[in-house]
Formats: sequence, C-alpha cells, structure tokens
Amino acid sequence: MALLEVKNLGISFGGLRAVNNFSVQIEKGQLYGLIGPNGAGKTTIFNLLTGVYKPDEGSVVLDGKNITGKSNIDINKEGIARTFQNIRLFKDMSVLDNVKAGLHNQYHYSTIEGILRLPRYHKVEKEMNEKAMELLKVFSLEEEANYLASNLPYGKQRKLEIARALATNPKLLLLDEPAAGMNPNETKELMDTISFVRKHFDMTILLIEHDMKLVSGICEKLTVLNFGEVLAEGKTNEVLNNKAVITAYLGE
Amino acid sequence: MKNKFNKQTKDNLITYGMVIAAFIIMQILLSMGKVSSLMEGLLVPLCTYVILAVSLNLTVGILGELSLGHAGFMCVGAFSSALFSKCTEATITNSGIRFFFAILVGAAVAAVFGILIGIPVLRLKGDYLAIVTLAFGEIIKNFINVVYLGRDSKGFHFSMKDTMSLNMEADGEVLIKGAQGITGTPNDSNFIVGIVLVLVTIFIITNLVNSRTGRAVMAIRDNRIAAESLGINITKYKLLAFSISASLAGVAGVLYAHNLSTLTALPKNFGYNMSIMILVFVVLGGIGNIRGSIIAAVILTLLPELLRGLNDYRMLIYAIVLIAMMLFNWSPKAIEVKEKISTKFRTSCKGKKEV
Amino acid sequence: MSFISYLVNGISLGSVYAIIALGYTMVYGIAKMLNFAHGDVIMIGGYVAFLTVSGMGLPPVLGVLISMVVCTVLGVTIEKIAYKPLRMASPLAVLITAIGVSYLLQNIALLLFGASPKAFTSMVSVPAIVLADGQLTISGETIVTIVACIVIMIGLNLFIKKSKAGRAMLAVSEDKGAAQLMGINVNGTIALTFAIGSALAAIAGVLLCSAYPTLTPYTGSMPGIKAFVAAVFGGIGSIPGAFLGGILLGVIENLSKAYISSQMADAIVFGVLIVVLLVRPTGILGKNIREKV
Repeated sequence: MALLEVKNLGISFGGLRAVNNFSVQIEKGQLYGLIGPNGAGKTTIFNLLTGVYKPDEGSVVLDGKNITGKSNIDINKEGIARTFQNIRLFKDMSVLDNVKAGLHNQYHYSTIEGILRLPRYHKVEKEMNEKAMELLKVFSLEEEANYLASNLPYGKQRKLEIARALATNPKLLLLDEPAAGMNPNETKELMDTISFVRKHFDMTILLIEHDMKLVSGICEKLTVLNFGEVLAEGKTNEVLNNKAVITAYLGE
Repeated sequence: MKNKFNKQTKDNLITYGMVIAAFIIMQILLSMGKVSSLMEGLLVPLCTYVILAVSLNLTVGILGELSLGHAGFMCVGAFSSALFSKCTEATITNSGIRFFFAILVGAAVAAVFGILIGIPVLRLKGDYLAIVTLAFGEIIKNFINVVYLGRDSKGFHFSMKDTMSLNMEADGEVLIKGAQGITGTPNDSNFIVGIVLVLVTIFIITNLVNSRTGRAVMAIRDNRIAAESLGINITKYKLLAFSISASLAGVAGVLYAHNLSTLTALPKNFGYNMSIMILVFVVLGGIGNIRGSIIAAVILTLLPELLRGLNDYRMLIYAIVLIAMMLFNWSPKAIEVKEKISTKFRTSCKGKKEV
Repeated sequence: MSFISYLVNGISLGSVYAIIALGYTMVYGIAKMLNFAHGDVIMIGGYVAFLTVSGMGLPPVLGVLISMVVCTVLGVTIEKIAYKPLRMASPLAVLITAIGVSYLLQNIALLLFGASPKAFTSMVSVPAIVLADGQLTISGETIVTIVACIVIMIGLNLFIKKSKAGRAMLAVSEDKGAAQLMGINVNGTIALTFAIGSALAAIAGVLLCSAYPTLTPYTGSMPGIKAFVAAVFGGIGSIPGAFLGGILLGVIENLSKAYISSQMADAIVFGVLIVVLLVRPTGILGKNIREKV
C-alpha cells in the first residue's frame, strides 16, 4: 500500500478552479517530484495536503489513515511536514531554537515544570538540545546554532527550514522549491543533502521544483501539473520526454 | 552550547541582582531617613508598575500581540482581592496569610478574565486586537463603577443601582459602593512584599520564555503559519501566554489595592490611559526585553516626581522626552548615526591597541 | 416623540464622531498608523475657535477658518517632525510616539489655557426647529452638525474619487512602493492626508464644543478614542465605514444613555464594538485579507 494516496483532489477560489481532479500515489521511501509552469497549482496542492486549505472534493490518505479536511496542526501530528516557497523561519529566534520548536511535539514537559525548573525540565531540555544539534549537524549548521535565524545566509536558511521540518519526525516531507534562489553550486550541494536525508532518515519526499537538473537528477517519479490538472505522470525520464510536457514547458 | 546556557543564566542573574541591589539601597536610605515621604509613598506603586510592565512584555514582546487593556486585568485583580481581604479580615487574622490568599485570589480571577477575554479576542489581529482589549478594559472599569455589593446575616446582596436597592438587614455592611468603590481594605502590602512579587514575576516570565512553552509562543509570534505546520497548537499557547500575563497584572492589582485605604476605579488608575502608560514602559524598555521594561518603568515613574520642581512644565518635559527617545531609538537615521559612532569608536580603540 | 429626539441627538453626536473618524481612517489607510494624537488636535481646534470668537470677537465663520488653518499646520508639522522619521520603524514605535504627541498637546494646552474648563459659546446661529406642536425640538447645533457631516462626507468622497491628489491617496494606501514607482509623491500625499484629517478635526472640535460647551485640555481625548472605535467599527481605512461607524456609535451611545444607564453607556458602546468585530473581524465595511501561504 502506498504511503500517500491522494484521490480526485479539487479546490476553487471564487470562480477560479485552482486544482482539479488531482490524484497521486507515493510509495514509502520514494522521492517524488511535482513540476509544472508558474501558476499550475503546485503550492496549492501542498496547501491542500497540509491542511492550510480544505479541499472542496477528493481525499487524502496517509499511511492508511484518512486525513482529508484535518487542520494543518493535526496533519503535522499525523506525519506530514513541509517547507515553504517563501522561507518562513522564526526570524527572531536562534537557529537552535528553530529546530527545538520543531521538536515541540516530540518532547514533553509541562509549563509549570518549565517555570519552576523541575528536574524533568533539565532532563528533557538536554535531550532536545542533543537531538537538535544532531539534526543541525546533518545540514552542517552546528557552528551557527546560536545565530539568529534571520542572520543566516539564504542557502542555509533553506537548509534550516528542512531541518526544522524533519524535527517533527514526519513520515512524509514536502519541500516547496528548495533550490529557489540558489546558485548552481548550492543547488548541487542541496541535491546531495536531500539524497542523504532520504537515506539517513529513510524518508519519503515530495518536492516541487523548477530546476530541471535537480528534478531529473534525484526524483524517481514525477507528476506534471498544468492549469490545475495532471498533464502527465510516471518515471522521470519518460515524463520529461513526453510531448505534451515539452509543449507545456517550452511552447510549440 | 554550554556558553549560551550560561549567558542566559548570567543575564537573568543580572536582572535579579539589579532589583535586589535597588531594594537594599532603598532600605539603607530609608533607615537613614534620607527618603522623602513622597518617595516613600511611591515605593509600592513603583513595584506595581514594574510587575505590570514585565507582565505586559509577555503579551507584547513574547506573544507579539498589542494589548491596550492591561489595566483592566489589574482592576479585576485589585477589586477581587480587596473584596476577599475585606470579607476575611475577621476570620483570617494573620495579615501575612490573608495577603497570600488575596494574591492567589487576585491572580486567579484575573487569569479567568484573561481566558474569557482571550478566547474571542485572540482571533483578531494587530490594531483590531488593540482596540478590543482597550474596549474590554473600559467595560470592566465602567462595570465596577456601577456595582453595589453588600453583606448581611442572610448573605450577599447585589445591585447595579444604589445602596438602597441592596435591600439589606439593619446589620448589613456595604462592601462595594458603586463609584465610591471599596473602602477599608486592610493595608497589607508594603515595599518588601512588593519587591518579592517583582522577583517572582521576573522568575515566572524569564523561565517561561526559556522553556518549551516559551519557544512555542515565540514561534507563533514570528510566523504563525510555520508554527502551525510544526503542529504547535496556536490557540492554546496564545491563550496561555495571554492569561499568564493577565494573571500577573492581577497580582499587581492586589499589591496596588492593599496599599490604599480607598479603592476606586477611575480613568486615572484603571482606564486606558494606564494601559497606555504600561505599554510605553514596555516599548521604551525594548520590546521583549525584561530588564529594559523594569528600568523604563522605574525611570518613567520617577521622572515626573524628579521634575516636580519644574511644576507645570514637568508633564510637558515628560512628553518631549518620550517623543525624543522614540525618535532616537527607532528612526532609521538615528540608528545609522549611532552605528557609525560605535564603529568609529571601536576602530579607534583597536587602532590604539595595535599601536 | 422622546425616542425621535434621542435618535436625532444621537445622529448629531454620531456626526461629530464620524467627522473625527474620517480623519482617523484616512491617516490609518495611508500611513498605517493609529494617530492617537488626533483627539488632541480636536481640542486645539476648539481652543483656537474659542480664543478667536469669544476672546477676540471675530465672526464665528472666520474663527472656524482660522481654527482649520491652525490645525492643518499643526497636523502637518506633527507628521513631519514626529511620524515621518519613523516611517520604516515598527508600528508600535509609531504608536508610542503618537501617544507622546498626545501628551505634549494636552500639556501645552494646560500651560497656555489652564486646567479650568472654558465655557464655550455656541458658534451656531441657526435657529432650532420645533416640530409636532412643540413636542420635538431640534437645536440649531444638531442641524448644522448633521448637515456638516453629510457635506464633508460627500465632498471627501468626490475628492478621493475624482481628483488627482485623491487618487494618489488611494494608490499610496494600496501600495506605497508601487505608488512611488508610478511617480506619485508619497511624502506629499501623506502630508496632504494629515492636513485634511486635521482640518476635519478642527471642524469636529468646534461642533463638539458647541454641543457640549465645556472645553478643557482633555476634551478631545475620549471623543478621540470613541471616533477610533467608530472607525474600527465601520472597517478602518474605509471612508463610508467611518461615516457609518460614527453615526451608529452616536446613536447607540445616546439611546443607551436614555433607556439603559448613563453610566454604562460607554461600556455598551464598547460591548457592541466587540460583538461586531467578533462577527466581522475587519469591521462592517472592512476588507477581508487572506494571508498567502
């Protein structure tokens, strides 16, 4: 059974049909790409999957559990974490605290224990620090742990956002244009990191990307979206050679 | 890692040390008789303002929501605790124990109001939240001004008209007398208690900020959508921070009420002007900066008193100082100039060392 | 009959709130700031009219004009000195500065005119209308206030929709940066907004003091807050919203004073505001903006 099973998802804003009849199946451990021209509805699909928007029709099943229409908070608890196209870090918090905020639902002690600094506070905080540093090391951010997140260079901010999403211990990771604004070197490095994350955490990843090199380099399967509908899907090589896809991207 | 932890602890210790040092200096001056009676009378209110400023900083600085109704929570804490102390004056004769319970009552009632008001209000944003909290503060103040409460052998009597309509027995005692408020609250607060409460407030807020809860609250402040995407329960943490802030304002109210023989809800002490004054402390002290709030509250409370010699001009000077400080702290041009000066200073220092 | 009388008085009070709220809302729409000092500009307007008419014996119309000029200059000066340097700063910093300006104006007035209330003689010479065999009297002040409010409202709407400067205001309120790129003088437009808002405040000051003839340095403070509430009520940033909010607020306040409790009137007004905002979080005519993810 697939880890993520999406059937006939659709939503309209006013009169505009943003996503129509979108279906996808992602197997556990897969690295899946979602591509398409600007305005095709890619980010809207992310917002539908993560509960930012409620779908008008269709269903989302994660790991055998129907999560359609749940709030974004609950969907994260069910196991979907994401990054954002326009980076959304906690700017006035340290890099370490950004990741620790991601660990929020993995480690528990009560507000009272925190205020009174009871033993459990010290114990759990220590565990959180260790876990957070471990994650930061994966992305080579351990040196910057005490920096303010807003002081990181752009590429590292993108990485921190992925680290923070991973901290919630998801089953499925959604990356919204992780290479946007990066130069070719940074993109190359990011590709390696994504491959590493996938192996290291045994993670299933769905990513939106414009950078064809990145997509063809690491994704096994692709879905191409155009005007809110699926234009093509299948193995990366086949899809990229598909006539309709080439037309949609390059014009006649 | 270790380094950062130490820095936080050190920072907090400086804050505690500052408060305790100020307390000791004040005590020495008091014992030497060097403090004017006017100054002496200002000590408890000073503690009240510090608690208010530090607690509002939780809402404004840490939660990132603009509240203009903080005085309303102070008002609730003041009246509920004064009522409690008046009712139990005969049964609990130890003033220390009675005041301890009064603080719990004031804090709890204010926290309940914080939750009741917070549930609808925290859905709003920015300036809308500000105006609604202001409205709630005014409603609380207005309402207390028309409440009449009495007690006789049959129990409590309540009215919103006048003393007569309480319909009490001859032995009845009027507890809250409308606009005349509560008279005869036992005088249980003093400077020492005030300082202890200030320290407790700082303890609660700083420890809260550096905890799992504090991180969740700040995450919501910095980016609500990202916080939701991490599974952080927005409503819960907003409400938690807001009601803790309200509850501590209630404690400030308890301290305030038990320092006065007559407690009335006037625009001056519980109106929006008071809320605004507390906000001024917070913003001037640095949003989110606890120590800054304390210093700003003390200086801005003492400033008009220190300027007393200037009579009519003192509030004028206060206003000008306020505007000037805001422009100096926040205008991009002033910040640029400050940075230039500080880098110049630094490079010239370095230059000297190298020579 | 008494109900109609309360209602008319409510509309009259509401008209004053509406005129003040128009100033609030325009400034908010363009500078995105809560100008807490707006209420105190009203008070200054009242004093200037008082001095020129009662003190110097000038005709009321001239007094009002002088008051408008003084307030306009005052408003623009405040904007230039106190608000303009903070245009890029946090909104909280601007709010506190506005509060500082409010204290400043109050204390200047306190020094110049003293704390004792001045008995303001009405500037209105329009006779009262007596209707229904003397059961209903509508005072001249009421008539003038309502008429003034309607005229201002229509004039302002025409100005913003038809004139170049008015459309520039709309553009700046939508997007300052884009407006600048289109060659609009953003600073000039903001200054103009403050000028208009302050001139309206002067008119409101005169009307307010004509209806409630005691003038102190704190006269403007509560009406200022109420007008702010009215602006939020109608949807801050919206001109018809400010008008609607002001009138509604005045009517609710006057009717609750008459039928429920005069002490609780303010609480009721604020209570209605809360209910409205809970149902419509951006006010009656406010725009709903959805955050893009």
